Amino acid sequence: MSTRAPSLIAPAGTDPAPALTRATQPRYRASNAAVPYAFLAPAILLFVAFLAAPIFYSLYLSFRAAKVKGLGLGSGSRTEQWVGMENYVRSVADPEFLASVGRVALYGLIVVPTMLGLALLFALLLDSGRTRVGGFSRTAIFLPYAVPAVVASLLWGFLYLPRVSPVVDVLGLVGVSAPNVMSSQLIMFAVANIAVWGGTGFNMIVLYTALKSIPSDIYEAARLDGASDVQIALRIKIPIVVPSMIMTFVFSLIATLQVFAEPMTLRPLSNTISTTWTPLMKVYRDAFVRNDVYSAAATSVLIALATFVLSFGFLKLVGSRAFNQEK
Amino acid sequence: MRSKTAAKALATVAAAMLLATGCSGSSTEASGSGGSDEPVKLTYWTWTPNMDQVVAKWNEQNPDVQVTVNKQDGGDAAVTKLLTAIKAGSGAPDIMQAEYQAVPTLVAADALADISEELDGDVADKFPESAWEAVTLGSDAVYGVPQDSGPMMFFYRADLFEQYGIEVPTTWDEYAEAARKIKAADPSKFLGTFSAADPGWFTGLSQQVGASWWGVDGDTWQVDVDSEATKKVASYWGGLVEEGVIDNTPMYTPEWNAALNDGTQVAWLGAVWGPGVLEGNAESTKGKWKVAPLPNWDAATPANGNWGGSATSVTSQSKHPEAATEFITWLNTDPEAVKLLAGTANVYPAATDARANALTEPPAFFADQPDFYDIAAEAAEAANPFTYGPNVNVAYSAYKDAFGKAAEAKSAAEFPKAVEAVQETTVEDMQNSGFNVEG
Repeated sequence: MSTRAPSLIAPAGTDPAPALTRATQPRYRASNAAVPYAFLAPAILLFVAFLAAPIFYSLYLSFRAAKVKGLGLGSGSRTEQWVGMENYVRSVADPEFLASVGRVALYGLIVVPTMLGLALLFALLLDSGRTRVGGFSRTAIFLPYAVPAVVASLLWGFLYLPRVSPVVDVLGLVGVSAPNVMSSQLIMFAVANIAVWGGTGFNMIVLYTALKSIPSDIYEAARLDGASDVQIALRIKIPIVVPSMIMTFVFSLIATLQVFAEPMTLRPLSNTISTTWTPLMKVYRDAFVRNDVYSAAATSVLIALATFVLSFGFLKLVGSRAFNQEK
Repeated sequence: MRSKTAAKALATVAAAMLLATGCSGSSTEASGSGGSDEPVKLTYWTWTPNMDQVVAKWNEQNPDVQVTVNKQDGGDAAVTKLLTAIKAGSGAPDIMQAEYQAVPTLVAADALADISEELDGDVADKFPESAWEAVTLGSDAVYGVPQDSGPMMFFYRADLFEQYGIEVPTTWDEYAEAARKIKAADPSKFLGTFSAADPGWFTGLSQQVGASWWGVDGDTWQVDVDSEATKKVASYWGGLVEEGVIDNTPMYTPEWNAALNDGTQVAWLGAVWGPGVLEGNAESTKGKWKVAPLPNWDAATPANGNWGGSATSVTSQSKHPEAATEFITWLNTDPEAVKLLAGTANVYPAATDARANALTEPPAFFADQPDFYDIAAEAAEAANPFTYGPNVNVAYSAYKDAFGKAAEAKSAAEFPKAVEAVQETTVEDMQNSGFNVEG
């Protein structure tokens, strides 16, 4: 301690620092070098145990299968073995899987534009400064996001079922016969509606926060130039929040590929949602209904790859536009 | 220098891992400890309500074998959990409630212990043959003791039947006539619904005609989902659904509950455990229901099927198969235990004689019908044999998809096609797994 203190205030010209460093370095390095690793260890451990290991285990499982001999009863009749790409081939060749991919694509086409469009509209309205009860509206729009998807699906399920739905009752009173939204023609919209209801609030908050961070002198300048509110929204606000919109789009894209809770909860209520309605539902069915974790692992890997390619592909496509502005 | 650092980092990681494994190691030791003077501790997975009260009786009488009930969500959920525990190598209970249709699946996964060595020889005689076959799968091994059976019965709203002047149907032709009559009297009402969500219900109805979806021939499985018997049942229901006289929405939905309550569903093809369902879902209709035998295809030769029913099994991970076998034998055959099962846990015991002594009063929801359990006993007697296979789960989920589509389309032609789809999926799955299979 006593040797180091003076060195800190030593005049620059004498330069005793190198000598000091050299003298103390070996002792320091031995204990210091491990410090970052010690700090990293918990994160690395958790990462390895709960992310990397499961991923590699899934990959491993996806190339294996349980095979039985004869009747397959009793102990020892079931063995696990390598099957190469068999699980993947079966997964891709399954018409139900392809149908579920098509369904999710359609679902995404309905949900993402509707949800992000509404979120942007609400954010712009709240930011226009002309709302009287802005705080309340913001909370009201955000609130559905706080409702778990399963609960939301149950709530909507009750509203959809003709015999228990108060909506159908009210419509009936005014002489309108409500269509059965759980029928095969409308079920897609019924599921999409729950996602839009639940997701708009979150995206609205993200965009609203981005709008709030725009310096108000830009608006003043625009107004001096004679821009109307609509023009300010279209020409200033929207271009500035484009990076946030891209982020919400990627989140929504991933959520779309992973749609599960809503159709799973609605499924027992009607005949129209099959057990493989979305790709993740097929994974669930294979793993927990058919007890075939190997096929489930293969399909999971395919979904993960698709998610990866789509989200990073999209980010790469718009990357320069999205993030250059932030630099 | 660098290698030293790496070694240190490695040591840190290793130490942390040791710490983690050390914890888990000590916990397994604690649960596995069973000294000679300490009581044997058994865990029991079941979803039957009030089972803990039945088990309390055993614990009171057997201080050296203490059973803890672990409540499960239901049959399918418990099977999934058990199979996961078996795969993981630990975490399974000693004793497990297993629905009859799940027994082959569990045996194929090596989840259930063969207790033929531990079991007394006279236990088999206490059960009807169909129930005993469900736990032996026709082999010399014994994979559990039957607990309850679910002979199907016809529940109907006596007040509405009277109002519309309808006789209780004894044949399926009469059932179809009654359905048309009700529809004509009040277009909003249905005599019943075809439920694409309940494969157990449909197999029960097929069993009545003599279908058995699986079978064993030597060392080969036979899959016979698409038999004439099953197709006959499917076509019958397809016709009624297309005609619009039978509803096509699934059972056990909020909508179905509402329909039972407000009389939209005038009757229900249920099973002996039906009173509990009606009481839970349509309490306001108490006193208005009556029960009758299931309608028959041929009134001269009454037959029946089962919907539900389960056995109590010892798992392959149990360290105390003898004590566990002793407990499950007591639970399902001891007169006192069977009385508790019937009275407190509301199950319809499978043990024939013990059941007759236990069930003297009709269930509370059918207090006005003193012959409730006589009808049930006849129904149980008339049940046709039915063999389940090792991939009932696959067939059942295929049923939900195929019949869901057919019921939604309301097309009679789609129903037999759905039967074929189930057959195809079931056989394909067994071939993929490597079973010897014909079908």
